[in-house]
Amino acid sequence: MNLKSATLQKIDEVITHYPVKRSATLPLLHLIQEDIGHLPERTEEWVAAKLGLEPINVYEVITFYPMFRRKPIGRRHIKVCRTLSCALVGGYKTCAQFEQEFNTHRGEVSPDGEVTVDFVECLASCGTAPVVLIDDDLHENVDCAKAKSLSDQIKAEARVRSQESGVRSQEPESRIHT
Amino acid sequence: MIAPTKPDLVTVNIDGKEIAVPKGTNVIEAARLVGVDVPHYCYHPKLTIVGNCRMCLIEMGMPAVDPATKTPILDPATGKPKINWIPRPQIGCGTNVSPGLHIRTQSPLVKDCREGVMEFLLINHPLDCPICDQAGECKLQEQATGYGRGYSRFVEQKNVKPKRTQLGPRVTLDDERCILCSRCIRFTKEIVKDDVLGFIDRGSHSTLTCYPGKQLANNYSLNTVDICPVGALTSTDFRFKMRVWFLKQTNSIDTESSVGANTVVWSREGTIYRITPRQNDGVNDTWMADSGRERYKQVRAAGRLTTVKVNGNDSSPQIAVNAALHFCKDGGVAVVGSGRSSVEEQWVTKKLADALKATTHLVSRVGPGDGLLVSADRNPNVRGALVTGLIATLPTAKLASLAAAIDAGQIKTVVSVGEDLADAGLTAAQLAKVTIVYLGTHANATSAAAKVVLPTLTVFEKSGTLVNQQFRIQKFTKAVPAPAGATDDLVVLAKLATAAGATVPAAELAAVWKAIATEVPALSTITYANLPETGLLLDATPWAALPFVEGESLHFKPAK
Repeated sequence: MNLKSATLQKIDEVITHYPVKRSATLPLLHLIQEDIGHLPERTEEWVAAKLGLEPINVYEVITFYPMFRRKPIGRRHIKVCRTLSCALVGGYKTCAQFEQEFNTHRGEVSPDGEVTVDFVECLASCGTAPVVLIDDDLHENVDCAKAKSLSDQIKAEARVRSQESGVRSQEPESRIHT
Repeated sequence: MIAPTKPDLVTVNIDGKEIAVPKGTNVIEAARLVGVDVPHYCYHPKLTIVGNCRMCLIEMGMPAVDPATKTPILDPATGKPKINWIPRPQIGCGTNVSPGLHIRTQSPLVKDCREGVMEFLLINHPLDCPICDQAGECKLQEQATGYGRGYSRFVEQKNVKPKRTQLGPRVTLDDERCILCSRCIRFTKEIVKDDVLGFIDRGSHSTLTCYPGKQLANNYSLNTVDICPVGALTSTDFRFKMRVWFLKQTNSIDTESSVGANTVVWSREGTIYRITPRQNDGVNDTWMADSGRERYKQVRAAGRLTTVKVNGNDSSPQIAVNAALHFCKDGGVAVVGSGRSSVEEQWVTKKLADALKATTHLVSRVGPGDGLLVSADRNPNVRGALVTGLIATLPTAKLASLAAAIDAGQIKTVVSVGEDLADAGLTAAQLAKVTIVYLGTHANATSAAAKVVLPTLTVFEKSGTLVNQQFRIQKFTKAVPAPAGATDDLVVLAKLATAAGATVPAAELAAVWKAIATEVPALSTITYANLPETGLLLDATPWAALPFVEGESLHFKPAK
């Protein structure tokens, strides 16, 4: 697995937080997903070897939690709330707007690779519904117009980035092969 | 074996009956002792307790005690101690007895609980009992009848899950039938230490699965089929072959190694369909190896010997016996006995060897032991040969002493009791130098080279006893009739011995055991009839100094 050295350090550190290594299964999976964006193939084997478990034990955990992803997602993750308050004031329309803007469908990576749009359950901001979480930033009162402006912002940033890296190939931070 | 120390007893009250049970017993086992059935699925006496099926719910209570005086409070109506019942049901498997514990297994609350649990278990269970191999020995069937509500209120769609997953070379999984008890997961993890099974997608679609890319391929995989309380895990070999209620059960012994796992042979109209383990807490608990379950296939295997042959021509047993004796009359005879023969056969083999003034040999079969139920000594009955005096020391590899004697020209005739001499280590040249009398079940290089061939029986077609690595003498019983043309080893050996001039009782177990009891001190108190089904431990001290090959395994520690 290709993990950043900082992630590997965090992994070794977080294991020491628990009386038994097995307890670090969930934190490890979170760290790997944060780093890579999803849990790639062979994650089970890697985590199991790290924690002295069998791969099936890790596989059981991964399949239990719907928020662990096994496939890559877009550069940004747009999470639209669909729980009651947001649904009542147009959460579904907001979601449809994002899908239209990026020519994509829920759960898929948009053709430009910029976003993945998903429905999620309550984001605990019912007073300002409908709400949307883009990566770690909460956006409130996201009606269709605001959804469009947020989309335009993302597209603009994407254009800037592609111009910057137009000539030289885009190289992410150095990764350590493990 | 060391006798267990007397356990502390605890008195409990189950459905009004008082009983003293060992401390630490759980409620299911305690109830079993008073003849009360507490239904359960996930609980298995040889596995850890998880309490996830909820079928064993019971009501429990403790005698009320006055908080101030610590004296028991009596019920004024009956004058008996008042019981404080816990208002909610408890799981029987996870509740260990404590002094004064009161249990109700038949109350309206318990009945309601069982109905509720059964209803939930049956919600997603397919109604394919008519084609299910488990039908007839299915806990879900039995307990739905015994404790279910009798009709279904479920009108929604049932879950659809994989119907025929090959978990491994011998086990097929029907996930729709699975009730998620996790016995198989715990068995592979705790007993075999091969943790490959697990539940994925936990929730409404929980699915038992093997880790992708791995297989449930260990040599104990079929035990998961035995302990599966429903028809989810099925034996690929037995699948769709026979309804279990047609099968006759015969107690037998696994002959693949000196462990001597206790087994049940399931047969119908002379055909064996499967072999399953039989509980013996001193030997194999409730398990057996997959390799031992395949052994019934030798009964109908190609190459089964069914014709008596003398000099390559069909003959009769009596002519063959006379011919055999003719070859032995000039002396220079070696008898190759077998660690696969029963105690009785070995004793008669010894008589035969003595009458012929022959040297005796035993074929050594050593393989790697797995530390569980397949030991390093792949002969089931080497210790029987020691007890009966057929051999005095352990067999050496490749029949070395016999080979040397043949090379030196001292041996003219070899009588082999079921042993393939070529396979055991003699060369073709050595075989060519001697006349061979062969008693055996299947054709091989030795039967091909033999002047006299007397077809005999497999362990499934005869009765007898074997002495396992613990020096535990255990009996096996005839499950199916012998094929036409083959004769019981004991009868053939007795005929040979009698013709050679030995005094041998009638070739039937009761008579042979009467003679064995008078001549073999270690077996003086035993008859075939009085031998318990779980066997009897013999005094091993006369052979304590011998370097037995077995390593540690379940319920066995080699002597240091």
